[in-house]
Amino acid sequence: MKDKFLETIKEALEVEDVEVKLEDRLEDFDSWDSISRLSLIALLDENFEVEVADAEFDETETVGDLFNLVKKRIA
Amino acid sequence: MAELSFENIGISAMAGAVPKQIIKNRDYTEHFAKEVVKEIVDKTGVEERRFTTASQTSADLCFAAAEQLFLDNEIDKSEIDILLFVSQTPDYRMPATSISLQHRLGLHKSTAAFDISLGCSGFVYGLSVAYAYANMPQVRKVLLLDGETRSKVYHPKDRKTGFIFGDAAVAAVIEKQNTGTSYFSLNSDGSKSDLIKIDAGGYRNPSNEETTKEKVVDEHGNIRTDEHGYMNGADVFNFVLREIPKNIKQTLSFANTELGDLDFYVFHQANKFMNDYLAKKLKLDIAKVPSSIHKYGNTSSVSIPITIVDKLKDQLNTPKKILLCGFGVGMSWATAVLATKHIKISDIVEV
Repeated sequence: MKDKFLETIKEALEVEDVEVKLEDRLEDFDSWDSISRLSLIALLDENFEVEVADAEFDETETVGDLFNLVKKRIA
Repeated sequence: MAELSFENIGISAMAGAVPKQIIKNRDYTEHFAKEVVKEIVDKTGVEERRFTTASQTSADLCFAAAEQLFLDNEIDKSEIDILLFVSQTPDYRMPATSISLQHRLGLHKSTAAFDISLGCSGFVYGLSVAYAYANMPQVRKVLLLDGETRSKVYHPKDRKTGFIFGDAAVAAVIEKQNTGTSYFSLNSDGSKSDLIKIDAGGYRNPSNEETTKEKVVDEHGNIRTDEHGYMNGADVFNFVLREIPKNIKQTLSFANTELGDLDFYVFHQANKFMNDYLAKKLKLDIAKVPSSIHKYGNTSSVSIPITIVDKLKDQLNTPKKILLCGFGVGMSWATAVLATKHIKISDIVEV
């Protein structure tokens, strides 16, 4: 699931050629903005059937934080 | 549960009006850099929009659409018993704009006229009211006017909303016809009223010096006043994904219809990304999903009927089954499965 999640993040942030790690901070990606957030919402719905609210994105620091949130929501 | 059905009521004619002034979004770079604008336009798909002039209103656009409708269809105005005006950009806070339109259009004083204040769901809601009146034995024709000047609602220095919205209007006549049965599902969730909102200028937070001041509203440096609209795009999208496919399925089940039985699916034109994803999620044949988002942007309640007038002209001459689905500010959402016989659609007029 972790690999699928990291692929989802890469697709949403349009950084397919970059290695994304759980400890990476979302705001360090130039492409992390309100527009890539929409892509991520669509991809999380499509790949995991999970909804993440705008305020939850705001509170999320790292890719790993978001991974844990999604994992918890699937379980 | 607001699930309604109507036998043998239909839309007989439609006409649209848009302002002459075309805003080409990729050149709309007064407040944001070209690269920022490009990213927004690529995602939202809004290439162009129409903006009214400072003195032009939704009612003016509705008036032009209605005049065209009368011209092309030889409608006996004395047969219009009900006039509905759907808008959240009325001429005045009082009186209701529909009443001034009764006079401007030369309709009889015995015409019932009132406004319906809804946004993106407004056309489907307005249509349900029109069908309900048209269903009455005494009512001959209902004139449904739907107009918006959303260009005046959002601030050009707020990139979250400044490139999406435009102005347009549509007029439609609803009357008894042997169409078969049409179905409506109407829904509301006021707990999410702060997802799309204008905070001030009503009676809860009246207009004052403070509410008209421009201020930076977020860490991205977006600027607006409290009397401009704001939108939480991410949570609106979450809401749409959660509620809309579900509501469409419920409405189809109520209508005893399969998705594949429908000729067209006409959605509120929110933005291209959201609409494309919705179509993908519902596994719709994209050839049956008309879109006008590139040309007129998001015109709130008008986006569904202006898409019909722009894209389905000459395609509704024979009986069809079409799905309409509007969703947004409120939050308010509505789905309809319409049986149509022959909708005469006029060319869109520019005013």
